[in-house]
Amino acid sequence: MDPTALLLSRLQFAFTISFHIIFPAFTIGLAAWLTVLEAMHQYTGRPVYRTLFEFWLKIFGVAFGMGVVSGVVMAFQFGTNWSVLSRMSGPIQGPLLSYETFTAFMLEAGFFGILIFGRPRVPPWFYLFSTAMVALGTTLSAFWIMVNNSWMQVPTGYVLENGQFVPNDWAQIIFNRVVWVRFPHMLLASYLTGAFCVAATGAWYLLRRTYRAEAHVMLRMGLALAAVLLPVQLFIGHLVGDYVHDYQPAKFAAIEARWHDEQPASEVLIAIPDSATESNRYAISIPVLGSIIGSMSLTSKEVGLTSFAPQDRPPVAIPFFAFRIMVGCGFVMLGLAWFGSWLGLKHRLERSRLLLWGIFLSFPLPWIAILTGWYTAEVGRQPWTVYGVLRTANAVTPFLTASAALTSLILFVAVYAFIFSFGTYYIYRLLRAGPAGLGGKPLHVPVPNRPMSLADKMPAIVEAGE
Amino acid sequence: MVTFWVALLAISILIYLLLDGFDLGVGMLFGLAGSETRREAMLRTVAPVWDGNETWLIVTGVIMWGAFPVVYSMLLSALYIPVLVMLLGLILRGVAFEFRGKASSTRWIWDVSFTAGSFAASFMQGAMVGALVEGLQFSNGEYAGGTFGWLTTFSVLCGIGLCFGYALLGACWLVRKCDGSIREATRRQIPLLAVAVLAFLVVVFTHALIEHLPILRRWIERPYLFLFPLVGAGAAAVLATSILRHDDYWPFHMVSLIFAAAFGTLALSFWPYMIPFVVTIDEAAAPHASLAFMFWGAGLFVFPLMLLYVAVGYRVFRGKTAAAVDHY
Repeated sequence: MDPTALLLSRLQFAFTISFHIIFPAFTIGLAAWLTVLEAMHQYTGRPVYRTLFEFWLKIFGVAFGMGVVSGVVMAFQFGTNWSVLSRMSGPIQGPLLSYETFTAFMLEAGFFGILIFGRPRVPPWFYLFSTAMVALGTTLSAFWIMVNNSWMQVPTGYVLENGQFVPNDWAQIIFNRVVWVRFPHMLLASYLTGAFCVAATGAWYLLRRTYRAEAHVMLRMGLALAAVLLPVQLFIGHLVGDYVHDYQPAKFAAIEARWHDEQPASEVLIAIPDSATESNRYAISIPVLGSIIGSMSLTSKEVGLTSFAPQDRPPVAIPFFAFRIMVGCGFVMLGLAWFGSWLGLKHRLERSRLLLWGIFLSFPLPWIAILTGWYTAEVGRQPWTVYGVLRTANAVTPFLTASAALTSLILFVAVYAFIFSFGTYYIYRLLRAGPAGLGGKPLHVPVPNRPMSLADKMPAIVEAGE
Repeated sequence: MVTFWVALLAISILIYLLLDGFDLGVGMLFGLAGSETRREAMLRTVAPVWDGNETWLIVTGVIMWGAFPVVYSMLLSALYIPVLVMLLGLILRGVAFEFRGKASSTRWIWDVSFTAGSFAASFMQGAMVGALVEGLQFSNGEYAGGTFGWLTTFSVLCGIGLCFGYALLGACWLVRKCDGSIREATRRQIPLLAVAVLAFLVVVFTHALIEHLPILRRWIERPYLFLFPLVGAGAAAVLATSILRHDDYWPFHMVSLIFAAAFGTLALSFWPYMIPFVVTIDEAAAPHASLAFMFWGAGLFVFPLMLLYVAVGYRVFRGKTAAAVDHY
């Protein structure tokens, strides 16, 4: 095993999966929102819902496309760079990802074409059904991914035989408690991403004094959903913390930057953890709160990092800071959603331009929260790939050379940076142009089999305006 | 159980070859199309279905991982560079579908990425099959052939061959889905592509027989295996007559049949090996608990459903598409 190839493989996995998660995080929420819009349009007949549907469908198309192509990489990267892991855990991870592909990807792929191009070719009920199937597909995909990752975090329901993880209890693997707090946590994070993007777009249009009717619907629906979901999300986040506390004490200690066993334990709010001296610099901490958060007790003993052998400890700085950034984003979003909804109820939202600016600029927060949450989970799991059983250093392809790994990493970074800049630019142009060309009424009927009919009007309008 | 998953893997590979084959083929022919109108029309024939087609590659990958993890880990790590290039090609061509219509002055970038990505993916798929047939170097269940061990004259030949094969399939798809000048232009390309493909197939199988004498013995012992090449030859004959009769419907199906026959011939030549002469199907198979878990849900119930979505998708978008050209 070449240590450089190992490091490069880890960087490559982190990079490609961080890039990938941006898109599903967005499209899971967006697909659900599109289903709601289409249903409301068919039920109430109000054209604003149809206008919004057509508008967000275009953005969904671009984001979904980028999610699909970056997702294909994930299905093969386990084999190319992590051959020992994929051979050992194939009997468990392979079937889980098979279920993902079989139940989710095919559903998405099959009905996505109908969603984009099929409206003139199918009856309305079938179109609504197709929208719901795409939404269901994205949700199922998230579910299987969370089952798969939760097994790597808390391996269960297996025996080790001939160097392979052989499953002996699938119910335990799929229905254990860890899955059922982590899956809702991820699902709600996706819904919040969708909600904040929709609300931020609405705020943007109000600030620009354009598309007032659509902007109000977007702001109202986005903020209301976020206002309801955020407290639930914070509570589920706490439950996720409980599983880390019970099953991954070293990760928990790293998140808390707790170096030594403490009884009762204090809670470090902010500090600069220093692994050389095994202590924190500039720490601000609150006594006893650490025991309350960890064990709901005033007296409990909480484990510190020095209770683990140095080679079994995760890095501290990344989980520590990433976790705090995630929680911080959560509270800022909570404040915006509650305050915004309250002003909305009093019909004062449109005049509060400062808050509108805040909501508009908050659109990256859910993504930052998702990425930092994942960094907490994945970096905190180190030095293990399968927690407590298989070390990351032993999971990598043994004969992989540093030059091959460097080549692939550079190519991935270059290609992803290229398509990401264009993709975000096209999404920005679509958002900036707004639902124009639809005229507030559902006159937009795509020409049968006209692939780019959804977006071709947009650039023309943007360019005319520039 | 093992037999079931081998069969499902084979079916998935075949479906992938045929479905993504034609849209990769359209991607390569796209580079030859002279005008924007033609390119638009060509893209239009595959835009609603390409995503589903490519999903069959993931299906193949995850079945391999779940049911035959040894093969998954050995092959993907051995074929590091070709897999990488294939994935990047698929990414660049995949985003072109969405980006192209949204670009204005930069549209050429996505035209290039669509064609080049399709070429790269097709070539690497062919090269990987070639490397597999020729034999990769393993010792103690671990690849020992080096970063470029897959790169040989034969694998390059197979890469080029598969590009021609996909292009032929794509041409037949275009003839079936388009009218007017595209149909005429593409129809003229079919005979050239068809001759090239058949020549490659003959070269590849002759090479395989000379390199691996055990295969030759297998064919002599089991003459009924000659059914596959015979079906392929028959399909080639029908293809020739259907092109001469200016038929739009049959060429696509006959080329699909040739693909199926070639795939069957290849697979049966190496049976029961998954990695020729290194790992057999039984050695590669996952434990029963994994295979059974996959069988009772994904295999038995969801797989037929997946076929149903594909059928629904193709039914919704059936018929000629080029008629819409004049509508805008």
